[in-house]
Amino acid sequence: MATVETPSKVMVKEMSWDPITRIVGSLGIHTEIDFSNQTVLKCYSTSMIFRGFDIFMRGIDPRDTHFITSRICGICGDNHCTASCLNQNMAYGVKPPPLGDLAFNCAEAADYIFDHAIFNDCMANVDFCEQMVKETNPSLLAKAETTAAPGGDIHGYKTIADIMRSLNPFTGEFYLETLHVARYTREMYCLFGGRHTHPSTIMPGGCSADITHQTCTDYYVRLMRYMDYVKRSVPMHDDLYDFFLQELPGYDMVGFRETNLVNWGCFDDPDYVDYDYRNMTDWGRKRYITPGIAINGELVTTDLVEINLMIRILLGSSYFDGWENEPTFVDRDPLGNPVDKNHPWNKVTLPKPQKRDFTDKYTWVVSPRVYDKRTDTHVCCDTGGGPFARQWCTAKAGLVDFGYVKATGHSLQMVLPRSPTMPEMELEWKVPEKSNAVERDRARTYHQAYAALICMHNVERAMKEVQAGRTKSWNKFKVPDTAVSCGFHEAARGVLSHHMVIRDGKVANYQPYPPTPWNASPRDVYGTPGPYEDAVQNTPIFEENGPDKFKGVDIMRAVRSFDPCLPCGVHMYDGHGRVTKQQHTPTAMA
Amino acid sequence: MASPFAGHRQTEAVTAHVLWMTTGLSCEGDSVAMTSATNPSLEDIILQAIPGMPKVVIHNQVVDYANGADYAQAWFDAEQGKLDPFVLCMEGSIGNEEINGDGHWTGFSQNPDGQPITMNEWLDRLAPKAAAVVAIGTCATYGGIPAMKGNATGAMGVPDYLGWSWKSKAGLPVVCIPGCPAQPDNMTEVLLYLALHLAGLAPAPELDDALRPKWLFGRTVRESCNRAGFAEQGDFATEYGSDHRCLVKLGCKGPVVKCNVPVRGWVNGMGGCPNVGGICMACTMPGFPDKYMPFMDEDKYGRAAAGIIQYTYGPIVRYMRNRNITTNYDKEPEWRQKGRALTTGYVKRW
Repeated sequence: MATVETPSKVMVKEMSWDPITRIVGSLGIHTEIDFSNQTVLKCYSTSMIFRGFDIFMRGIDPRDTHFITSRICGICGDNHCTASCLNQNMAYGVKPPPLGDLAFNCAEAADYIFDHAIFNDCMANVDFCEQMVKETNPSLLAKAETTAAPGGDIHGYKTIADIMRSLNPFTGEFYLETLHVARYTREMYCLFGGRHTHPSTIMPGGCSADITHQTCTDYYVRLMRYMDYVKRSVPMHDDLYDFFLQELPGYDMVGFRETNLVNWGCFDDPDYVDYDYRNMTDWGRKRYITPGIAINGELVTTDLVEINLMIRILLGSSYFDGWENEPTFVDRDPLGNPVDKNHPWNKVTLPKPQKRDFTDKYTWVVSPRVYDKRTDTHVCCDTGGGPFARQWCTAKAGLVDFGYVKATGHSLQMVLPRSPTMPEMELEWKVPEKSNAVERDRARTYHQAYAALICMHNVERAMKEVQAGRTKSWNKFKVPDTAVSCGFHEAARGVLSHHMVIRDGKVANYQPYPPTPWNASPRDVYGTPGPYEDAVQNTPIFEENGPDKFKGVDIMRAVRSFDPCLPCGVHMYDGHGRVTKQQHTPTAMA
Repeated sequence: MASPFAGHRQTEAVTAHVLWMTTGLSCEGDSVAMTSATNPSLEDIILQAIPGMPKVVIHNQVVDYANGADYAQAWFDAEQGKLDPFVLCMEGSIGNEEINGDGHWTGFSQNPDGQPITMNEWLDRLAPKAAAVVAIGTCATYGGIPAMKGNATGAMGVPDYLGWSWKSKAGLPVVCIPGCPAQPDNMTEVLLYLALHLAGLAPAPELDDALRPKWLFGRTVRESCNRAGFAEQGDFATEYGSDHRCLVKLGCKGPVVKCNVPVRGWVNGMGGCPNVGGICMACTMPGFPDKYMPFMDEDKYGRAAAGIIQYTYGPIVRYMRNRNITTNYDKEPEWRQKGRALTTGYVKRW
């Protein structure tokens, strides 16, 4: 946590936002804000829901795990289902036919283009809409009215204020268009996944959808409509975010954190993936999005096996008991590497409900961390809301090049095809200097283009399979008596791992780690705050309202930039916080 | 000419609030699915698409503009009788908060002492004031996945908590829209129907014994599945995917599950379950999930029924049909040909 030196007679106010809306799940952000210096002194992220999936999954048939884990999340359910199937494929030693793998890619990439669209423009960017900016920064809105939008020729909005107006909820043109886009992209998902968000056709061994020429055509036509949309969306968002950075100097500190990122990579190439742990390093690097961990702005690995062994689950401020006295499930991975007691394979969930106490235990979320053996430290990494970490690692690694997208080592170059109303278009996303709210949001809009190109590449490959008569999309398997396995995937909003131990043909331990625990984690046992807490504590306040009418929009932008998704909890209550102290330095809250 | 719509003005002036509580033990999949509904869409409801329907204000934290206390205020207003009428939608199952000491399984907003207000407490406060209570999704209707055997939270459905014979102050039982998640249009359609009912424009919804709207849940999956014809002929798929025959032997529970997804599809008519190749896992049913696991194994009664069909009349029906199709129905009438003369079905009328 940053140390805050406060001058004397500061006005410090405790403010809470509980629940935080326009996200999925229950999240609360509790803060202490120094209004004299327009800074946040402290932030606590809390989640108020516990269901205990890993508890009631003990002893079930492993073939049920994708059906059950899908229900962890109402927006990343399909991501869970997919991660569980990758996990099961490893456990059962089954590789789907190529069409099965391609169907997974078509479904999941369609999920991304749906999810990033609806989250960006019907949830997060409502914080940048005209109505919000009028209420929080009226002078900025006045400036926006007279500022021409540089990309106006492409997206059609003359001024920055026009862009803001188009994002007004239920009346703005772009908001309403996005609601519509979020429907036909889910139709695309359903073509391969059956249903969104809890799929019916994503299975261990492959995809059980009836995939024909019609499936591919229905998908392709919708995808090209989306290409039209995304070609307008990217320049529009660039204009909006650049305006904030330009007009509010220092806005690049809103939601700022060190560039500590996790990303497990996703979208396997059927020519390379064999789902065998022992080969995971190689097929992991063939993914259409490259896995990686960044620590202090340096890409430290792209090796999924090494990544797996770096994961630690810590407690500290969570309503759980430690598992140090529980039996160890896995002490060596299938390659013989030692596995830590705090690794997900060995984690045991022992809930301990209790009163919420911000000086002790205050959330149902645990604290996943990355163990850096070079420094013997547990690094608090975030997912950057998903797209930021995925693009950062992929661009830096420089491994991806499938024709439509090329990673250069410092950027991602993309070429979008001609679509019904727009010509061919080139885009380049450059690795930003800072990890902050605006860059996370910007990465999300570029990721819509990246994911759409993954859709296109994979549906074209799927069509070739169908045209060649290779319509088989599922392979048989047998559940072994014992197995140790993992599935590494990316939910739209970031890393998603599933770890399983099978004994006597049943689930002995199943530990899903979605992006939320990484991002929404509380202070861990070493006192290191979680990413939301850290990012909010770094956030300067630009809102023009004083403490009495404070809406906390800068804090909201910081938190929402991570695309929170807490079907395990968040809440915030705003605006009418009580003044806790008017005091002399140093603040008693430190 | 007098406006034929004058009668609408009175009901259109009524404001009905929908308090959609997402913070049961849920994944919010129902709220997310609701945003994909098209018949009607979320905008259709908010913009009063049907003449005469009251103005509907939906409070749902997945889409709401307001945050924190501003957002939560409506719930406190409803408790104090300031929002009338309101429909309380519950998403997620209800944990048993009597078994966790000072802690909570799930909460929404907080009490003056800073502790979360649990769902049990919210239901106790709001159910007596609500014109209707709607349980959305299988968690809220019958407990669903969080209520699985071996759970830690004591999860249950809303009717389990309020009582199956509970009635709202407007005389309505808990209205259950099961599904995991609930089919998107099923949710918005029932909400629209309830809005019309509260405005006096429609009778109370007709519910079955499991409190489901009869017009949506009256038929089984099999009774409306596009693969049912294969079952009738004793023709069953042997692997997932490209085999488009009946999925019962691969674990599909469709013959005993009440659900309209095969006819309604998933988003705008696209997708679904057995109709597109996925086994029905019975996610709308009160016995879900425990009574249907392992999902990928065939049900023993289903196997017996399939066996009887497969080894008795099924193949005969299939053989006869195929023969008739091949030899007769799949051919154009024999007179439509060019022989020595060009003959067609033409008949001279005069």
